[in-house]
Order: sequence, then C-alpha cells, then structure tokens
Amino acid sequence: MESFAQLAPAIILFPAIGAFINFFWGARLGERNSAIIGTFASGMTFVIAFSLLLYLSNNGFRPAVINPPIFGSWISIDSINFDISWQTRVDTLSVTMMMFVTFVGTLIHIYAIGYMHGDPLFSRFFAYLNLFLTFMLILITGNNFLMMFVGWEGVGLCSYLLIGFWWDKPDGVGWNNSNAARKAFIANRIGDFGVLMAIFLIFWTFGTLDFYKPAETAVDYASVGHHGDEDHATEGEGTHEEGVAAEEGETAGEEAHGEEESHGEVAVPLYYYGTAGVELSQLGAFGQAEVLMVEYKSANEVVEAAEAVLADAQTEDDRAAAELGVDEAEAVAQDLRPNFDIGPFNLNIQTMLVLITLFMLLGATGKSAQIPLFVWLPDAMAGPTPVSALIHAATMVTAGVYMMVRSNAFFYHAELTSFLVTIVGATTAVVAGFIAIGQFDIKRVLAYSTVSQLGFMVAAVGIGAYPAAMFHMVTHAFFKALLFLGSGSVIHGMEHGHHHLHEHGHDDHGDHHDEHEEEFDPQDMRNMGGLRKKMPITYWTYLFGTLALAGIWPFAGFWSKDEILADSWLVGFADGELRGYIALGMLFIAAGFTAFYMWRQIEMVFHGEARHEAAKHAHESPPSMTIPLMILGFFSLTIGFINIPTPLSSIFSFFLSGLVGEHSLANFLEYSITHFHIPDFQPVIAIAALSMGLGAIFFARSIYGGTKAINKDGKDPLQASPSTGQVWALANKRMYWDEIYWAILINPFIRIGKFLANVIDWEFFHDYFHDKVLHRGFVTVGNLLSKPFDIGIIDGAVNGVGWVVGRISGGMRRVQTGYVRTYALALLLGVVIVIVLMLLPMIQN
Amino acid sequence: MEAVSSSLSLTTVTLFLPMVGLTILLFMNEEKNRAAIKWVAFGFSIATFLASVLMWAAFDTGEAGLQLAQRFDWLPSYGISYFVGVDGLSLLLVLLTTFIMPLAILSSFRVHVLEERGREKLYYVFMLLLEWAMLGVFVVQDMIIFYIFWEITLVPMYFLIGIWGAENRVYAAVKFFLYTMAGSILMLLAILYVGGQAGTFAVPEIAAMVASGELVFPMSDIFSTQSVLFLGFLVAFAIKVPIFPLHSWLPDAHVQAPTAGSVILAGVLLKMGTYGIVRFCLPLFPEATVEWAPIIAGLGVIGIIYGAWVSFAQTDIKKLVAYSSVSHLGFVILGIFSLNPQGLQGATIQMVNHGISTGGLFLMVGMLYERRHTKSMSAYGGIWKALPLFGGISLIITLSSMGLPGLNSFVGEFMILLGAVGSNVLGIFFALFATLGVIMAAIYLLQMFQKVYMGELDKEENKNLPELHWQELAVLIPILIMIFWMGLQPNVFFDVMDASSQHLIAQMGESVPQILTMIP
Amino acid sequence: MVEIEAYVVLSMVLFTLGAMGVLFRKNAILVFMSVELMLNAANLALVAFARQWNAVDGHIFVFFVITVAAAEVAIGLALIVTIFRTKQSINIDDLHLMEG
Repeated sequence: MESFAQLAPAIILFPAIGAFINFFWGARLGERNSAIIGTFASGMTFVIAFSLLLYLSNNGFRPAVINPPIFGSWISIDSINFDISWQTRVDTLSVTMMMFVTFVGTLIHIYAIGYMHGDPLFSRFFAYLNLFLTFMLILITGNNFLMMFVGWEGVGLCSYLLIGFWWDKPDGVGWNNSNAARKAFIANRIGDFGVLMAIFLIFWTFGTLDFYKPAETAVDYASVGHHGDEDHATEGEGTHEEGVAAEEGETAGEEAHGEEESHGEVAVPLYYYGTAGVELSQLGAFGQAEVLMVEYKSANEVVEAAEAVLADAQTEDDRAAAELGVDEAEAVAQDLRPNFDIGPFNLNIQTMLVLITLFMLLGATGKSAQIPLFVWLPDAMAGPTPVSALIHAATMVTAGVYMMVRSNAFFYHAELTSFLVTIVGATTAVVAGFIAIGQFDIKRVLAYSTVSQLGFMVAAVGIGAYPAAMFHMVTHAFFKALLFLGSGSVIHGMEHGHHHLHEHGHDDHGDHHDEHEEEFDPQDMRNMGGLRKKMPITYWTYLFGTLALAGIWPFAGFWSKDEILADSWLVGFADGELRGYIALGMLFIAAGFTAFYMWRQIEMVFHGEARHEAAKHAHESPPSMTIPLMILGFFSLTIGFINIPTPLSSIFSFFLSGLVGEHSLANFLEYSITHFHIPDFQPVIAIAALSMGLGAIFFARSIYGGTKAINKDGKDPLQASPSTGQVWALANKRMYWDEIYWAILINPFIRIGKFLANVIDWEFFHDYFHDKVLHRGFVTVGNLLSKPFDIGIIDGAVNGVGWVVGRISGGMRRVQTGYVRTYALALLLGVVIVIVLMLLPMIQN
Repeated sequence: MEAVSSSLSLTTVTLFLPMVGLTILLFMNEEKNRAAIKWVAFGFSIATFLASVLMWAAFDTGEAGLQLAQRFDWLPSYGISYFVGVDGLSLLLVLLTTFIMPLAILSSFRVHVLEERGREKLYYVFMLLLEWAMLGVFVVQDMIIFYIFWEITLVPMYFLIGIWGAENRVYAAVKFFLYTMAGSILMLLAILYVGGQAGTFAVPEIAAMVASGELVFPMSDIFSTQSVLFLGFLVAFAIKVPIFPLHSWLPDAHVQAPTAGSVILAGVLLKMGTYGIVRFCLPLFPEATVEWAPIIAGLGVIGIIYGAWVSFAQTDIKKLVAYSSVSHLGFVILGIFSLNPQGLQGATIQMVNHGISTGGLFLMVGMLYERRHTKSMSAYGGIWKALPLFGGISLIITLSSMGLPGLNSFVGEFMILLGAVGSNVLGIFFALFATLGVIMAAIYLLQMFQKVYMGELDKEENKNLPELHWQELAVLIPILIMIFWMGLQPNVFFDVMDASSQHLIAQMGESVPQILTMIP
Repeated sequence: MVEIEAYVVLSMVLFTLGAMGVLFRKNAILVFMSVELMLNAANLALVAFARQWNAVDGHIFVFFVITVAAAEVAIGLALIVTIFRTKQSINIDDLHLMEG
C-alpha cells in the first residue's frame, strides 16, 4: 500500500498518453478504437485515484509528495536557490478532488461515445477530453502554486478548444461558437492575472511556491496527537457554547483563542514547527503563513497588553508612563511583526495575506465564474454537452474553489478578503439564480444554475466553511453532471425527433417545413414538453438531479447545502460576524431560486404536452448515454451520505455503518485543511431550507404545472403576467450584464485599440512623426543646405579653382605644337641651359 | 579571462564557418548550380549550428567568465584586439542564431518571391553574411569590432528587404537602415570615449575596472558623464529592440521583409539590442543603470501594453505579429531593468523564447502567404479545416507566444514578472501593469487565431489549399520541439547562464550595493 | 699623333650637323640619320678620350651605344614604315597629333 503513492504521476501520464495517441493517430484508428483509448485512459485515472485513496487510508492519511521519475525540477536556478519542481502531492484534499473528477470524467467519456457518434472530429474530441483530464489532474495534484497554475491555464485552454469545438458550423453558428470560446479564454485570463500576481507575492513573502515541504509530510499525524475522531464527537454544541461564553468575559488575546475553539474548529496545528524543530525555511508557504501569523498576533498582544495598562491607569503619572509603555510596545511590536520588502514597499504579513488572497479571489472569479467574471460560463454552453457537463459544471469551474480551499491558511487569516469572498459568492448565487428563471435554453438554465451553485461554494469558503465547500463541490459534481448529461440526452432526443420528422414529413409539409427547420432549436424549452413518456430513463434521472439540486431530503444536495447554511448560521448568530448573516440570508434566497427554476424546467421539458412536432417524435437515447445517467442518478441520491452531520449519523449508522460515519468527508479532509468548521446538524436550518425548497417547487408547479408551462403566444407565464413581466424580462436579458460590459469595457477597449493603432501609431508616429517631421525635416534642411550653401559657396569655390586651372592651361597649351622639332629644340635648349649652369661656376672661377 | 589564448578557438571556428560557405557560394555559377547553391548555404548553416552545439558541449556552466576565448592584437597602439569568447548569456544567443538560421534558409526554398525576382545566389550570400555578422555581435568582446559587426548586420538585411521584400520594400529598407544607423552613431561616440578613458576596448577588462573602482565615470545627476554615456549606448540598443517610442521602423521592416527576413529580424536582430544592454549598459554604467531603470522599464511596460493594444487593432496578420514583438520585448526590457537574478535570467530566456515563438509566428504567416498571397486576415477563415495539420501547429505556436504554461514563453514571462515584483529598483506597479499584458496577449492572439483558422470555411479560394510540404514541416518541427523543451525543462538553459548572470549582478553590486539586497 | 683637340672638334662638328639635321630636315629618314650622326659624334668623343686617358671604360661605353643605336634603328625604322603606311607620307610636319 505504501508504494501506491508512487502511482500519482501516472494519473497525469495516462490521459496525456491517451490524448497524444488520439491527436496523432485518432483519425486512422476509427471511432471505436479512439473511444476505447480515451475511455480507458480516463478509467485508469479513476483506478489510480482509488488506489491513492487506499494508500491514504492505510497510512494514517499521511500526505505523500511524489517526484515524477523523469521530470525532476521544472525551473531551478542554483545560484539563488530557486526551485520549482514537477511534484505531485497526495493528500486527502487532492484525493477527494481526484476521486470525483476521474469518476465523473470517466462516466462522461462513456456518455460521449454515444453523444458524439458520427462527428467527423470524434477522435479529436476524445483527445481534447483526455487532455483536459491531464491538466485538471495537474491542477489538483500539483504541490506548488506554479504547477497548479499550469493545470489552471491548461484546463482553460481545453475549455477554449472544447467550447469552440464546432467552430466550423455553417451560418455563423461556428463563428458564435468560437466567439464563446474566445470569451471564455479571455475571461479566464483576467482571472489568471490575479493568480499570477498572487503567485508573485507568495514567492516574495515566503521564498517558496510549494504548498508544503517534504519535511512537513514526514510528520506522523497520529503520533503528534493532532487528530482523533473523538475530538469531534465531544466537541460540538458544548464547545461552541463555551466559545460564546469565553467571548463575553475574557481579555482580547484569550478571546481570539476562544473563537478558534468555537463550533468544533481545530486549533492551528504547529506540530511541525517548534515540536519537530523545523526551520521556517523548511516549511511550505502555508506552514510559514501559520507561523508568521502567530508571531504577528503575539506582537499585537504586546501592544494590547500595554493598552490595557493604559486603560487601567488612574493617576496622571501612571497615564504618562502607560502611554510611554504603549509607544515602547508599538516599537517592540514593529520589530516582532514579520515584514516583507515587496519592491519599495514594506508590508507586514497580515497585509501580504490580504493582498495575496484578494488576487486569488480575482482568479477564482474567473475560473469559478463568479461576479464579475461569470459572463463566460453561460456562453460556454456552445460546446458539446458532455463538455458542459464535465468542464463547465463538474470539474474545471470548481478549480477556483479548490484553490481557495487549498489556501485556507491564507484565507483564514485574511478577514477582509474572506468577507469579500462571502459577498461575491452570495451575490453570485442570488444573481445567477435569478437570471436562470428567465432562460428558455435548457443548457443555459443549467449554466446559470452552475454559477449559482458555485456561488454557494465560494460563500462557504468566505465564511470559513472549507469542508462544507468541498462537500458541496463533490455532490454538485454528481448531480450537475447528471443534469447536463440529461439535458444532452433531451437535446439528442429532440434532434432525432426532428430528424425523424424531417424524413417522414417532407412530402406533407413541403416548403412550410423547410422554413420551419431553420428556426428549430433543439435546446429551446419552448419546443419541448411531455417528454416524460418518450424518455422515461432520462426523465427519472433528471428528476433525481433536480431534487438533489433543489436540496430535498434525502438527496445529496440537501446534505451539502444544509452544511453550508448551518455553517453560515453559526458564523452569523453564534460568532456574531456580519458575513455569516449575509451568507445565510442571500443563500436562502438563492436556494429558493434554485428549487424554483429547476422545477420550472421539469415542467417545461418533461411535463405537460409536446409543443413541437420534434418533441412528439423524440425517443430515448442509446444505452451508452442512459447508463451513465443511471449511475449518476444513483449517486445523486447517495453521495450526500459521505458527510452526514453528527447527531443524525447515529440514526443512519445501524444500516450504513462501515460505509459512512458522521462527517466522514470532513474528517477525511481535516488532514489537509488546517482551519476547520464542522457544524453539527441544525434542525432549524434544515427544516427551513427544506420547506424553502419544497415551497419553491410547489410555487413553480402552481405557475407552470400541467399545460401552463408555456402559453399560447410562446411566452412564460411570468412574462405574460403584467405584475411580473418586467422583472422576468430583466432575468431574461441576463440583467444586461453582457451589454454593460460591452458598453463600458469592450467597446472602449476596441475603440482605444483602433485609435492607438491607426491614429497614434500609424498616423502620428509612422506617418506624421517619421514621414513629416523626420523625413521632411531632413529633406528641408537638406534643400536649405544644397541650394544657397552648397551651390553658392562650396560649389562656387570648387568650380572657381577649376576655372582658374582651365584658363592657365589654355594659355600653356600653345607651347605644344606637336612637331618633333619643337620638342627637339626644347630639348637642345634644355641641354644648353644645363651645360651653361654646370659651366658657370668654372667660368666664374 | 584566464582561458584567453591566441590559439584557434571553437568560437572563431563557429564565427567564420558562414564565411567559408559564403566564399564557396561566390565561386558557384548561379545558372548551372541553382539547386546546389541553396543546399550549400543550408549545409553551412547546419554546420555552424553543429559547431555552436559543440561550443555548448565544451562550455563549463560553473564558470562565470569568458570561455572558449581567443585574442590577438589588431591595432595594439589603440588597444583594439580581435577578442572573441562566450559567456553564458552570449552562448544562448549564439545558439539561438545558429538555430534560427538553418530554419530561415530552409524556409526560403519554397518561397516564390525568390523565383519571381531571381538572384538566388545573392540571396543566400546575404543570408550567410548576416549569420556571420550576427554571430560576430554576440561573440566579440572588443567594442570597436563589436561596432563593426553591429553595422555589418545592416547591410545584408537592407538588401534582403530591399530586393526580395513586398511592395514598399525600398522605403522600408531605407527606413530600417537609417533608424539603426542613427542610433549607432551615438554608440560609436560613447565607445570611443569609454575606450579612450580605459585604454582598451576589451569589454571584460573595462567591466572589471569599473567594478574595482579603477575606472570611474562620474555620476551625480542625469547630465553626468556616466549618464550621457549610458544613454549613448542605450539609444542605439533601444532603437534596435525597439523600446516604445522608437519602434516606428519595425512594422515597416517586418511587413515588407521576405519571410526569412522577418524570422531573422524578429528572431535574432532584435535580440542584439537587448543583448547589448545586458553586455554594455549594465556592467559599464551601473549607477546610471539604476538611476534610469524606472524610466526605461516604464517605457518597457508602456511598450507591453501599447504593443498589445495596437496589435489588437491590426487587420494585417504580419503587422499584428510585428507589433506583438514590441509587446514581448517590453517584457525583456522590464526583466533586464529589474536588476535581480530572476528578472535578468528571465529576460535572457525570454530573448530565446521570443526568437522561437515569434519566429514561428512569422513562418506561419509566411506559409499562409505562400498559399493565398495575402496578409489580410479578412481573406482567411476556417483555415484549420482546410489545413488540419498546419492549423494544429499554428495553434501551438500561437499559444506559445501567448505564454501558456508548459510552453516556452511562459517560463520567461513568469521569471521576468517575478523579478519585477521583487525588484527594489522598480516596484510592484510595473509588474502589475506588465501582467495586464499577459491578458492582452490572449486577446489579440486569440482574435487572430479565430479570424484566420476558425469559423466556417466559406471562401472558395481557401478550400483547396495544399497541406504542408515536407520541407515546411521540417522547418516547423524543430520550432515545436524547442517550444515544448523550453517549456517543460528549461533548466538546461538556465544552467548555461546562471553563473554569468550571477557574476554580472555581483559586479554591478560592487558599485551599487542596493541591488544586492534583492538576492536571498 | 693627332692631338686630342682635333677629335673633339670633329666630334663637335659632327654633333652640330646632326643636331641641325634633326631640327631642320623634314624627311623622317633624314632626321633619323641625323640622330645616328649625333650618336656617332658622341662615340667619337668617347673613343678619343679613352685613348687619351688610357681607360677602357670609353671603349666599352661605345659598344653599348652602338648596340642601343642598332636597336633604335630597328624600332625607329619600323615606326617610320608604319607611319608611312597610315599617313602615306614621312614628312614629319604632317605629324603633329600631340598639338595641345
């Protein structure tokens, strides 16, 4: 079992090989073989994930850090001790992610065999899916932020490729698909900007990008005595009460301590630091953050103590002394507080953590489709439905939440960010839930539902309920994948029904039919209705998914949503924190919206009567599609049992004992999540949430029930009603979110770009500055120099010399007669002159 | 510097191999040996590449100073010598040059402009001359000879653009020549002054003198001697890079140049500017560098955003890629002036990366142009469907240029931005704005990819384009290999320059201790 | 024995005759012969002085002059023939192409 951990790199390798084979030989292998390869690779990842789970449970849940055999370090610079490795981490958090990602992923691979049947790029589709799994698993298993970022961007790339998978469809549809793909990528890139900045700050704060260093993994949890199931059995209401009591009477320092103890939260485990004698530099980023925060808080305590003395001071002298004491304490604290030089700024650890987490939040809003960057996810439904189910519902979009849960050590200490995270998550949950009510496209409703549910998870992170966020992520993966695959089955059925109609009814309807064909949208719920009879398996599984999403007992969504609500109730009412109230209130509303729009969808799609010929001729999908639906349906019902809250678990334990215990998932995650809330079952919240869900369903049934789902004009009853028409229109128009972005961001961006390119760069720099100023200026100066100066003075001087020489030689040329005798005479004369000159001295002598 | 000898070194061999090829080409008959000429040129560029790989093999990565050096006096009375050798920084650029060159030559084999305009022999002669001159710039350690090589690179490039370029080739060629020339005049003056003060023109010696305080260029304000000298060098390099307001020659030269010319221009010639900054400005004028760093890095950041934004609004693919160079080289400038090991090494890696990615993009544009004879994006659409293999390769190159993690550019950009965040010469806002450039790269490159490769294949003339020829594939595959290699295992390249860049920072730290505080 | 002065005077007369011939004759052949006359006048003077001073140098010099003169005659006559061919005349007054 020990060696199972060594399999971790293989979980990345299998889909990578699958993708490789399908990319290069897929077309030659044929549909059947490439499907087998793709699905096998995906199945193997699940097998490995499962063996890693076995490894963990057999080794006291001790995390393992595995270096892949061939790829050692990635970026390493010896001289500055800079080292980023390709290193995978097996701990309870990553294995939780792996389990549901690979399981849902494999089911979706199987589903896609049926769904994508006959597509000309079938093998490429499987290659992309495998590539996606590769990157998703890199994201999950990476042991440092940069490796996580590789996966992070990689899944974004796959999402881009898969959203735009049908980029070549005719009539502008392909163009719209590729637009949606581009939009997704760019929105994600804006988020990536945040992640990158967070990574830079983490590096300059902690000097490392590793989550945890190997030294930390070596610590045996059991021997340190950190973990014990009984802790949580005994803690709970009782401890929580103590926490509240502690808050009231005691000093500030102890109050903070008391808070940590509240509702079953585990105190900061510093087992590896101090006890094991580990140096700060041997800790990963999270460990360091914990230690540094302890130092920071102890520095603050010094000041607080001094201030307490000041408050107690009676006489003037005491006061003055105490004030001096406060000043001294401030100075001491300033030294004690861990400070960091980031460029010219000097910031303390608290500020750093707030900055880091704020940037991370931006990243999470991109990947996990939160306000303000959620606009890409509804458009991403342009991709094939299996993609929507896998990437845009179950796995990739949860990466943002995963990152925040992984960094819980940062978020826990950054209260400002946590507050903001709560606001973002809760607002997104409500806004997206509201918009979903006004949509007619079956997948678009689900897309907004996904955004809304992700809002739940983000809000859960914000209130510090990290296990609850993970729990909701797991359950959501199952039932949302189920819903998407169900909708895919419906769309498939509608298309086939329409096809059927086309083949049979061509003679009868003639031209009228052709006209109709162009308008037909198989995803439009207005064309559906009454599919319950045609597609029974799809209907029942879809119903399971709906009830799970709506949070109806005993479906999975009930447990996970209840956990988040219970947690926010505790944070709000027990700890008196504003974010708890906000989360509780807004998530309750969002939960109501959820149940409402899901039931509206059930009524529109499956109940009532068929509103279109295609819906009449629709039929059930092939087994490769329905079997995954049934499996997911089963899990939508049961997956919630992995994390049943405390008192209830004893009720279930007699028939589920061994399989599930109380808070199994949360206890499992505790080995990798430092900061914890495990709320106990809150009957008030549970009953309120359940009645909210059921009430919304009945309300939806009363509006849309029977044949009322769509009235004769093809309108939603809410749309037709004058009292709700305007509000509904706002939801239908998606609150004009995209339009606002176009108006305030994208259009100005394009306009500025054109202005810079055409006016500034081309007309000014290129044409004006270069051609006019430089070139013409040069020519002007050149002309100035050439005409008066060059011709007048320089040329004049040169030509003048030439003229003089010409005149002189003109005179001298006459000497040259050309007659030999002239030259001979000259010669003779010369000789005579020479002789005379030679003889002259003699004569003189 | 201990290893300096006057016996023939591998560096000299590598440097003069293209010259040997060139000489052989001159004796070949253009009419009779049409096929042989290009293979001879290609063969010698490959031989040069192999020689540079040998240099890499012989290079000791633990040694910071010059290696494989050779030196003999040329004009001893003036302190000028033939002095060649490589350290880690220049070796990487030598490898980049010798790697890009065979690809550029091979990619010319199927270019129809050569058939149209003829004079193939001259073309390949210029190619080899260019390779010789570029290698000279990277290996020569004497400032005067550096200047000579620097100027020689202009000549073949001028003719490559001017003879085999597009419609406005002569305008572009002249503009290219004059801009670069104008900058290098100032550099010549600075070189003469520095050489006169130092009594030698050998850069390693001068750098050592500056570090030891033996040679002091006064630096008190921006009009001091050192500052002026720094600017004299910088302007020449800045025009070549080009740094933001001096980039006006670039789109013309790139758009008008033949494909191979653009590849070399983007791949290697621009790196001469950034290399020059690292080689001369930093070690010779450390105080001035620190003083000017925020301004120059600021221009770099403006270049990143401006280049990306302008690139976004282009309709001509080649122009888009050209402006993207302005953006990408802004990163390199930012990295250099972060003045810490992360930034400097990131910048050097990014020089190589940019050569590969942007070189790849230009090859891609060239191959499209060969098929459709237009560079306007609106003429394309759905090309991926017509050319599936080419589309896939183009996507990888585009993603590489965009800085997708796991591909080459990411490593460089990441290290640069990491350096910029931690730089105490600059500050986090530089990095903040530069990181916005990462978003914008996605915007303009994806838009280009979408317009050219995606969408419906609706234009009749695009439907029957021929798929890649094996020669074209042979050009693209080495690029792909490098993209993945440098993306997944860049350590080999970091190792090469680690000691040298460490040495450079330490040398600068002698004069400006401030920058040493950034090193953990 | 004849006095040296006699030889010198004869040589002077011959040289003057030759020089006048070169200056005043128009026929190229005659000009040529006058040149020979001048050479031989010089030869005569050389031989006379050699005998006077009992030195062989003068005799050797004469041999050289005779040899050079022979060569000169060969080239000169060839030139004259060529001039005659082109100009159909050997009147040197017709030849003034060098006129400035």
